[in-house]
Amino acid sequence: MLTDPRLLLLSPGDTVFVLRDQIEPGETVWVEGIAVSFAEHLGLGHKIARLAVPQGGQVIKYGAPIGRATQAIAAGDHVHLHNLRSDYTPTYALEGKA
Amino acid sequence: MKGWQRSDGRKGIRNVVVVAYLVECAHHVAREIAAVDREGAHVIGFPGCYPNEYAQKMMERLCTHPNVGAALIVSLGCESFNRFQLDQVVAASGRPVKTLVIQNTGGTRSTIGAGRDWVAEQIAALARAPTVPMAVSELIVGTVCGGSDGTSGITGNPAAGIAFDKLVAAGAACIFEETGELIGCEGIMADRAATPELAAELRASVAKAARYYATLGYGSFASGNADGGLTTIEEKSLGAYMKSGQSPISGLIKPGDIPPKGGLYLMDVVPDGEVRFGFPNISDNAEIVEMMASGAHCTLFVTGRGSVVGSAISPVIKIAANPHMYARLTEDMDVNAGRILEGSASLEQVGQEIFDLVLASASGQQTKSEALGHQEFILTYKTFEPIGPSCLPV
Repeated sequence: MLTDPRLLLLSPGDTVFVLRDQIEPGETVWVEGIAVSFAEHLGLGHKIARLAVPQGGQVIKYGAPIGRATQAIAAGDHVHLHNLRSDYTPTYALEGKA
Repeated sequence: MKGWQRSDGRKGIRNVVVVAYLVECAHHVAREIAAVDREGAHVIGFPGCYPNEYAQKMMERLCTHPNVGAALIVSLGCESFNRFQLDQVVAASGRPVKTLVIQNTGGTRSTIGAGRDWVAEQIAALARAPTVPMAVSELIVGTVCGGSDGTSGITGNPAAGIAFDKLVAAGAACIFEETGELIGCEGIMADRAATPELAAELRASVAKAARYYATLGYGSFASGNADGGLTTIEEKSLGAYMKSGQSPISGLIKPGDIPPKGGLYLMDVVPDGEVRFGFPNISDNAEIVEMMASGAHCTLFVTGRGSVVGSAISPVIKIAANPHMYARLTEDMDVNAGRILEGSASLEQVGQEIFDLVLASASGQQTKSEALGHQEFILTYKTFEPIGPSCLPV
């Protein structure tokens, strides 16, 4: 299945890919045969869902859980603060851009 | 490699004079004393006026660090820090030491003058000190990560881990940390422990960190981590954990404990007991200071967002995880691990480059942050119980 070479799979069972390069807004990106695009710029190191995860399900990266989905995640979604939370302590992030 | 022989058997890869202030009130005087020769004289110190056993131990360890050849202690005079004990510990190590008490020396100008005279004499003497051969197995190397992003855990941290594996194989002692950034990794980490008893200690140290940070309400996670694509503390932890490489874990130490032999050690940096003095390590240099107090000759610092810091006393080798950041901050970075993402270098190649740079730095080559004059230092209040009996290798 066609996957953009910028998407890196770290471990076979992972539900997410990691970006090895940035993605521009509106660009078509192939994620295991699915074509998706994003409204915002995604920097390298960000995550894109490889597998769907139901709300409350575990997101897997490096072959290990990195938290739970706060809403259903579909393959091709950007996975970040809006749909993933820690099982340990909440994440603090500044709002807004300088 | 060549080093400076110390009386406790350790060898230094630098030979600097430390100017140590014992309360913030003496900081300006210490800084002015060291300003005449910033390469030869490094400022360290403790800002607090209340006594603290941890701070006392840290300052004693740092003033007798193998990279330190002499120590000038600068006291205001009325602070609670035990300057008499610190002076005795340094003297007992065979190093030249002098304590200047500002309240007894006529104030700011006369203390600066007296301090500069003494420091200049020491720097001249240290320049003539002989060196002895030094082996890789005599090195202690620490690793920290700071300003992490989603690239840190796939480039710089695993490359640092490969360098650690090579150092451990050569007999060196390597220290990784921060237990607050290993939350979520306790199971896989405990599986690498040399003994079942140590495995239990490793798990307990991370459980303590999870409790401590839960009380504080924030994980060891900065806003910039999220900008860089990291979402949760356990995700950041898995990336940070890669710095430890693949070697078996030989022991668990706390700040100021010196590894008794080669191998890989976890440093437990989260205070024991109730949450008392706030965040365990308020910024990256607090971690580097603790590595040095445990004898680290140099520290590998992996950064994704782009930290520019160095350290007093010990060289810091900065490893850029993110190729875009490397392009922006090249003057501050010693290694570009971002090449791994671009496909122009393998993890193994970058790991070897880091290993080679440790040896070059230990042989006297300046790192980027040293050449730029970075000598950050921070020490704050903590409380620790001694480590348990199964924490060290026999």
